[in-house]
Amino acid sequence: MEQQTRKTFLMEQKIRVIVAKPGLDGHDRGAKVVARALRDAGMEVIYTGLRQTPEMIAEAALQEDVDVVGLSILSGAHMALIPRVIELLRANGQENVLVYAGGIIPEEDIPALKAAGVREVYGPGSSTEVMVADIREAVAKLEKEQVG
Amino acid sequence: MDMFDKVLAGERLALARLLTLVENDTPKGRLALDYLFPHTGKAHLIGITGSPGTGKSSLVNRLALSLRASGVEKVAVIAVDPSSPFTGGALLGDRVRMRDLCGDPGIFIRSMASRGALGGLARMTASVSQVLDAAGFDVILIETVGAGQSEVDIARLAHTVIVVEAPGLGDDIQAIKAGILEIADILAVNKCDLPGAEQTARQLRAMLEMAHPTRPGNLPEDQSAPIWLPPVILSCTQGCQGIDEIIQAANAHREFLKTSGEWARREQERLKNGLEAMISAALLERWRGGLEPGEFERILDGLTERKISPFEAVDKLLDG
Repeated sequence: MEQQTRKTFLMEQKIRVIVAKPGLDGHDRGAKVVARALRDAGMEVIYTGLRQTPEMIAEAALQEDVDVVGLSILSGAHMALIPRVIELLRANGQENVLVYAGGIIPEEDIPALKAAGVREVYGPGSSTEVMVADIREAVAKLEKEQVG
Repeated sequence: MDMFDKVLAGERLALARLLTLVENDTPKGRLALDYLFPHTGKAHLIGITGSPGTGKSSLVNRLALSLRASGVEKVAVIAVDPSSPFTGGALLGDRVRMRDLCGDPGIFIRSMASRGALGGLARMTASVSQVLDAAGFDVILIETVGAGQSEVDIARLAHTVIVVEAPGLGDDIQAIKAGILEIADILAVNKCDLPGAEQTARQLRAMLEMAHPTRPGNLPEDQSAPIWLPPVILSCTQGCQGIDEIIQAANAHREFLKTSGEWARREQERLKNGLEAMISAALLERWRGGLEPGEFERILDGLTERKISPFEAVDKLLDG
């Protein structure tokens, strides 16, 4: 009960996430499942829809001042699109935004993506609970660093 | 340069960050509102409201494009979607319909979750619009959550309210009910390519006819005062029909507000409402701060067990 009343009265900081589909594939079921899971975990999820260019995603991430960008790709163009999104985020001054990737991404590409700044890659069958826990932990750590 | 001055100078990253601070009602956000307040009061706030699925976001997309094409320098969009009452999370999907607005440096879109507020907006939407106003946006389009019948907060915030209807959503009885239709300065019958659009428009016109200010009983006290008759406009965002008409009507409405003195009156009303809301919030905060730990829960238990009535509970909580 105590917690319930708290929730109604206090403005709390919300984790804001963009879930985006860069590139040309038209399958967004996975992205929607993730968006829904993050929503159910109490986050504010901005869903941008299909066929986004890296420029569109970076612009939306800036305007919405998100903590997290989630990118879902099934087309195979991840090595071109994901590093480009990260580059644009950094160029816009959003150095601290956490970038996660999901979709069909071969094992051997993961190290290169992580080197480019992707925090974690979630393939098919990943647990949404793990994603939620990862994001919460990473955002909390980031906030601590910024305050400290 | 200080963050607040960066916002005044139109820097987008500083603006986005400040909007978060204001939305979360942080101490720095409040400082910013103090600092920026003298720079507000210039923007034309246009509200867009209506039932879920009537095409509000798509209409906002078209309106913003047309406004920019007609030479308006800076257009902001605030799109509000509901928060879950259970988890507090939200899925903000209005941007999906606004993809045509990407890449235009004269446009800034911000999504907001309603965070428990019930009037169709979030508690901090007014403050967020103030920041955008101070940042030099000429027109601010405010899209409410999909509104049923009584989510009318937008009428207290916006200068001009566009109520979006679509064909097939109700008969002429719906049209004469109190609530959302009463707050319309402009009525848009969207998706007018669908069958029944003309009939919906006719019902809305009949509704307006009944409330016509020149009918006996509806006459205003000062009969020389100019009157505004809400136009009913058929629109379609696929074929871009009716968009320029809506913008012309919104501009005409702004002129009407300014020449009739209604602009100043609404501005005062808005500030008064905002002040009252802030006083309520501040008093509530102060009251909660002075509460003995566990007292609220104890009285709530008494209430749940039907030992005391809600009025008695309030008396106990306020006066001890």
